[in-house]
Amino acid sequence: MSKEPYISVKDIHKSFGKAEVLKGISFDIAKGEAVCIIGPSGSGKSTLLRCLNGLAEIDRGTIRIGTHNVHEIKTDQQKIALRKDVSMVFQQYNLFPHKTALENIMMAPIHVLKQDKQEVEARALALLKKVRLDGKEKHYPGELSGGQQQRVAIARSLAMRPSVMLFDEVTSALDPETVKEVLVTIRELVDDGLTCVLVTHEMGFAREVAEHVYFTDQGVIVEHGKPAEIFSNPREARTKAFLDQIL
Amino acid sequence: MRGLNQIATDLPVLNTAALNRIQTFAGGARLTLTPALGLLLIACFAASIGVAQAQAASGHPSVLATLWKWMPLILKGFVFNIAISFLAMAIGTFFGMFLGLAQISLFRPVRKGAWFATHFFRNAPWLVLLFYCMFLLPFKFTLFGVTIPFPDWMKATLGLSLPVMANVSEIVRGAIQSIPTGQWESAYSLAFNRRQTLWMIILPQGVKRMLPPWMNVYCILAVGTVLASVVGVQEVMTLTGDALSAENRPELLMPFYGFVLLLFFAYCYPIARWTVAMERKYAVKI
Repeated sequence: MSKEPYISVKDIHKSFGKAEVLKGISFDIAKGEAVCIIGPSGSGKSTLLRCLNGLAEIDRGTIRIGTHNVHEIKTDQQKIALRKDVSMVFQQYNLFPHKTALENIMMAPIHVLKQDKQEVEARALALLKKVRLDGKEKHYPGELSGGQQQRVAIARSLAMRPSVMLFDEVTSALDPETVKEVLVTIRELVDDGLTCVLVTHEMGFAREVAEHVYFTDQGVIVEHGKPAEIFSNPREARTKAFLDQIL
Repeated sequence: MRGLNQIATDLPVLNTAALNRIQTFAGGARLTLTPALGLLLIACFAASIGVAQAQAASGHPSVLATLWKWMPLILKGFVFNIAISFLAMAIGTFFGMFLGLAQISLFRPVRKGAWFATHFFRNAPWLVLLFYCMFLLPFKFTLFGVTIPFPDWMKATLGLSLPVMANVSEIVRGAIQSIPTGQWESAYSLAFNRRQTLWMIILPQGVKRMLPPWMNVYCILAVGTVLASVVGVQEVMTLTGDALSAENRPELLMPFYGFVLLLFFAYCYPIARWTVAMERKYAVKI
């Protein structure tokens, strides 16, 4: 890759009390690239994502995303500016239960980006269509299935027109049948050229969609490379053991 | 002061252990009013009339006729109690909202101060707060040359609104903190700031959870308004006492106060039932 990376993470450390969760993680991600982070539970994958959009603060190291120097962020304004560019989708969807699907999608563009309501509504409807939920705009989250809720959550993030999307185990709470509909949606975003960082346990999906795969364990990146290399021909014993367990 | 000890011990609001049980919405403790209790009250009331009638000296008008005669006065007092309860609830809710929000402030001194105020007023006996308000507040004050009277009932209302404020503060804090942190995180991830998150996402969800305990506090306050009689406000207990003094017939004591009890039951029972229904409706599914 010749051009400068869009996301540049250098030697970041993060502890919760005495437990060091991230022990010196570094990677670069180019604009438009889709990377997957895999690894056992408790290896710091989710924490890593949360550091990228400022939900968690790192103790040491540097994170640059576009023009944002995340490690230097002090004020709420800076955090908000970062989060306008870097959106996140959660395992538990976290839709706002008191708002309809459409309202969930429209809220942030209207109140945060101060965009015109009519324009936002048209875009929100288009996004619902894109995630194949047209006709569900008046439904409340409680009336939607898990897979549908997660797709609304993805549309809600997309409505902010972020340059990076972070996906934190977005299919882990879903039943196997609905996993697929969410993965189809994500694959389309990757195909559209959106920069995506995915923490996932869906190895088949990671293999298919990611341009680069990172395997983390115990707070460090054990191994990374093209999905074909990692999945078919892991170099490290730890990676091999992990893949043998779940594949 | 008439019968201070007797009144002070009889009142449910002085039962601080019971008050502490309405900590937050999660506690679910409430004024437990059941239909059976209502029937029991009516039965006791009827029995007390019968007993009073049997004890009555000949030549007096019947107990029911006497009660009927004084009914307008007693009802007038009761309406005043309700008015005091509305006003105290409004004032207490208004300030309690702010105190509750201050309890989750990111600024430590504000948070600690609000916590202290909340727990001070929540655990202080209502009667003590009432006395403080009666004797520390002026009976009038002058603003820009205009003298505004500050009558006893206003002071009593303020005194009653203090524990309401503290209880509302805890209800607000509890409801806000009961909303899953995922809601905060997803709002933050959509670049909402803290204030927007609180007002647009957290509080609208919390209000539903606040309503049942808030109505429960109201029931307790409504019953507690009789405390104002101790400081001489012309409310239902005071007026009933006046009526009894005028009649000078000891056997009327039970039926008259029994009637007041029935009034409060009739007023609070529907509210309590409604609260229970709402709690069921908004119950968090686990």
